[in-house]
Amino acid sequence: MELDSLYQEVILDHYRTPHHKGLTSESDIQVHHNNPSCGDEVTLNLSMRDGKIVDISWDGVGCSISIASASVMSDLLIGKSYDQANVILQAFVELMQSKGKSTGDEVLLEDGVAFAGVSKFPARIKCALLGWMAFKDAAAQVME
Amino acid sequence: MSIDLSGYKKDFPIFERKVRGGNSLVYLDSGATSQKPDSVIEAESNFYRTINAAVHRGAHLLAEEASESYEAARSNVAKFIGAHDNEVVFTKSATESLNVIAYALGNPQSEVHIKSGDHIVVTEMEHHANLIPWQQLAKRTGAILSWLSFTEDGRIDLSNIDEIITTKTKLVAITHQSNVFGTILPIQEISKAAKAVGALVVLDACQSAPHFSIDVKELNVDFLVFSGHKALGPTGIGILWGKYELLEKLEPAIFGGSMVDSVTMQGATWSSAPRKFEAGVPNMAQAVGLSAAIDYLTNIGMDNISSHEHELTKKLLAGLSGISGVKVIGPLDLKDRGGVVSFTVEGVHPHDVGQVLDQYGIAVRTGHHCAWPLMRKLKLVGTTRASFHIYNDAHDIDRLLSGIEKVKSYFKVSK
Repeated sequence: MELDSLYQEVILDHYRTPHHKGLTSESDIQVHHNNPSCGDEVTLNLSMRDGKIVDISWDGVGCSISIASASVMSDLLIGKSYDQANVILQAFVELMQSKGKSTGDEVLLEDGVAFAGVSKFPARIKCALLGWMAFKDAAAQVME
Repeated sequence: MSIDLSGYKKDFPIFERKVRGGNSLVYLDSGATSQKPDSVIEAESNFYRTINAAVHRGAHLLAEEASESYEAARSNVAKFIGAHDNEVVFTKSATESLNVIAYALGNPQSEVHIKSGDHIVVTEMEHHANLIPWQQLAKRTGAILSWLSFTEDGRIDLSNIDEIITTKTKLVAITHQSNVFGTILPIQEISKAAKAVGALVVLDACQSAPHFSIDVKELNVDFLVFSGHKALGPTGIGILWGKYELLEKLEPAIFGGSMVDSVTMQGATWSSAPRKFEAGVPNMAQAVGLSAAIDYLTNIGMDNISSHEHELTKKLLAGLSGISGVKVIGPLDLKDRGGVVSFTVEGVHPHDVGQVLDQYGIAVRTGHHCAWPLMRKLKLVGTTRASFHIYNDAHDIDRLLSGIEKVKSYFKVSK
């Protein structure tokens, strides 16, 4: 069923038990992003030391895709350098724009490749990118 | 008594196509936009095929015929809502209609206008289109926006109406039927309170005019708007109705050709209503298409349409009450309730509900339905909404109900 390509088991698992959800008390910066077309919201805390991502925590309300994606994003990016994180971010964005033609780089994206199917559902791409765009915004502000 | 409207579905060509999963289409999103019968599609395209010309200009036969058709469409709309021809303004959408009223009322040059300190009253269940123009008008003029709230079951709360609608109130802008709850508001009661303090009443009839019979005089309002595309008509055409004497007191908001009485290099004067509100070449084919939609609706009978939707609503509410974890957001009874049913499925985000239903060919609306303040008040991120028109039937409800069961099993929501 077409639906299974969207809702991979990995996504549903992250949705049910999201990682790094719940905001830490300290952070270098906090950003808030929302998706005005559906009302989904994410607040993200980011801590960086010496150009390295020390911690990401987030909270928000959203659909399975946006929650799972924020969970996978924080798993992937914590511990990475700013440059590495940007490479991964770019790879994820390209996967989302692939219209179902890419399966994603599993070495780079790990659980993130489960979102490949999302790229066939134009209305859901924004959901998958919500947490990632919050990170991008936060990291850019810290690096300024 | 249930009314059999099953013969009409074949008039809507969209139902010939297949959608996701190879399924036939169950279209439950008429609250967002309705589907179009062949007669509307033909009326619109025949305008282009046979009489296309800019209305109210030109000395040729086509211009004459186009103008006649356009003005006949205006008369048809007027008849549909119990108004006079010269009180009906064609706009591009109901949203534009509301913005035009708000702009005109914010212009100090209008004989009737909102001033600093005046109160503008809305309700907390308005669509953004009947909220933001008034927020902005208040900002521009220094007026104060206040609102009537709603009760737990999605009905308007009039318990404090005397505190909200006061002698300071100059304008009350309300929806006829909530696009989230499906509640039909007691307009006469509210307009009576507004009239008692000399306030104008603007009615958003987007969710009512396409579904049941309305009459501007009975409703006792001053302005009424609705969109063509929700009433089986084309996109790009909206209605602004206003009492003629009021339209005459308002300055236009959009300027250009066709709306003037006289123009010099220094200034211009306006035509009478409704022309002064229709600058530029209007959406002529769409007006003619809307007229065909009105013919189609009135031929079936608005009372038959509302009875039909009432039966469907009854069946859906009964069906939803039998599914655990499903909560209807809006009245559970059928009193003063239109064919719009919002609900939540515990443990599943509305966007995911809609996605699974789509896999089975069921088109619903999900999210905040452009009524974000309402959702915030209910502490909901959104709802899933089913809304009807004449092409829906009991079978559609059965497919929706079984689709919701599939949503629950897909997301492993127990209970």
